[in-house]
Amino acid sequence: MRNTISAPIKEQRSEKLAAVLAFAALLLSACATTGNNPKDPNEGFNRAMFEVHEGIDTVIAKPLAKGYDAAVPLPVKASVGNLFGNVGDLLIGVNNGLQGKVDDGASDLLRLLINSTVGIFGLFDVASEMGLEKHNEDFGQTLAVWGMDDGGYLFLPIVGPRTARDGLGFLVDTYADPVRWGIDRVSVRNSAMGLRMIDIRASLLPSDRVVEEAALDKYSYIRDAYLQRRRNLIYDGNPPKLED
Amino acid sequence: MKRFAVFLLSAFLAFSAWAQEAPDVLVKRITEEVLHIIRTDKELQEGNTQRAIELVDQKVLPHFNFTHMTALAVGKDWRKASPEQQKKLTEEFKTLLVRTYSNALTGYKNQTIRYKPARMDAEGKDVRIPTEILQPGGQPVQLDYNMEKLENGWKVYDVVVGGISLVTNYRDQFGQEVRANGIDGLIKAISTKNKSLEASKK
Repeated sequence: MRNTISAPIKEQRSEKLAAVLAFAALLLSACATTGNNPKDPNEGFNRAMFEVHEGIDTVIAKPLAKGYDAAVPLPVKASVGNLFGNVGDLLIGVNNGLQGKVDDGASDLLRLLINSTVGIFGLFDVASEMGLEKHNEDFGQTLAVWGMDDGGYLFLPIVGPRTARDGLGFLVDTYADPVRWGIDRVSVRNSAMGLRMIDIRASLLPSDRVVEEAALDKYSYIRDAYLQRRRNLIYDGNPPKLED
Repeated sequence: MKRFAVFLLSAFLAFSAWAQEAPDVLVKRITEEVLHIIRTDKELQEGNTQRAIELVDQKVLPHFNFTHMTALAVGKDWRKASPEQQKKLTEEFKTLLVRTYSNALTGYKNQTIRYKPARMDAEGKDVRIPTEILQPGGQPVQLDYNMEKLENGWKVYDVVVGGISLVTNYRDQFGQEVRANGIDGLIKAISTKNKSLEASKK
């Protein structure tokens, strides 16, 4: 009896979480009046969240990433990156398919197949060396291709820069994440997710210094870089030229 | 005599080919030259900023059009600036870009570059040279150069990393500053930033 109800309860809980987040996003966009930048309607809120994020990053994420970067030899770091990259190809392929790019999607799944076997569970990115290019796709990009508006810029602590649309896409991607549903044992799953976060943060370390030095206003610099970057990704590296 | 004529002719051809070096050939030549220096220079690998700046100054800067870059970064306020202000803005922005670009360069050790076919506009005066930085265990990073044909050769007027223009990414920050403190305020803001970077590196 107990077993039969536990599943629906779990379902309900994540539904509730999604509802709360959706409501928060709605609330946010409703009370947005600060600033006068059309692409950043929530600037006041965002800047406050940015400060919180910077605090957490300085105290926790950055030191961890620096330690990892210094302690782990390059071949191991490369393998860790490849491993998560390989797992990621599944959702990249699905998103390419959802965007109607069937050939790219098929190539992503072929990459997954080759790297999981010949590349020894994804430790080596053999597929790239064979000329199967790695793509960058996520559900936020899929929503954009489907015609959804970006809904305004949003900065969230830990999550980092997003737009409302990309935040929604991020929720869906997190839900569909193979690392989340593919690893049964909770401790292993959490370690894997932790390691992935550190790996991602470590890969951003070189750009930290550049942003720190280049920006007159770090918040704006990161926002505008993020928005340019997303535009580029949505158009798969060939965005139409903007008017000057 | 005939041989000498042939020699002269081929020397002349080689020279004119060099003088009109195609933009993609130029980018490749400079990149490989700079990468070679970075890979063999110990001080650069240890992150010696001054040394990196010298390298960029010598090898890279002659191929950049900083006035155009600054105009792009400032946007519509550029036309409001006097020639004197434009000159000052360009100087300060150049210093800022060179420093950040140089420091980014010292981070390159294990990366290799892949060159992709150039995309020329219809008139043959503006070109995008796409390249890719390949790094072990990471995604390739797109690095594109936008170049224009001037009298003294092809010049870079924008550098785009992963879709982010290092030039237009300043537009909002600069606009913000101009609205608050005018063109002179912007010049002062960049100059202050440069001075603080200079001081922190000593």
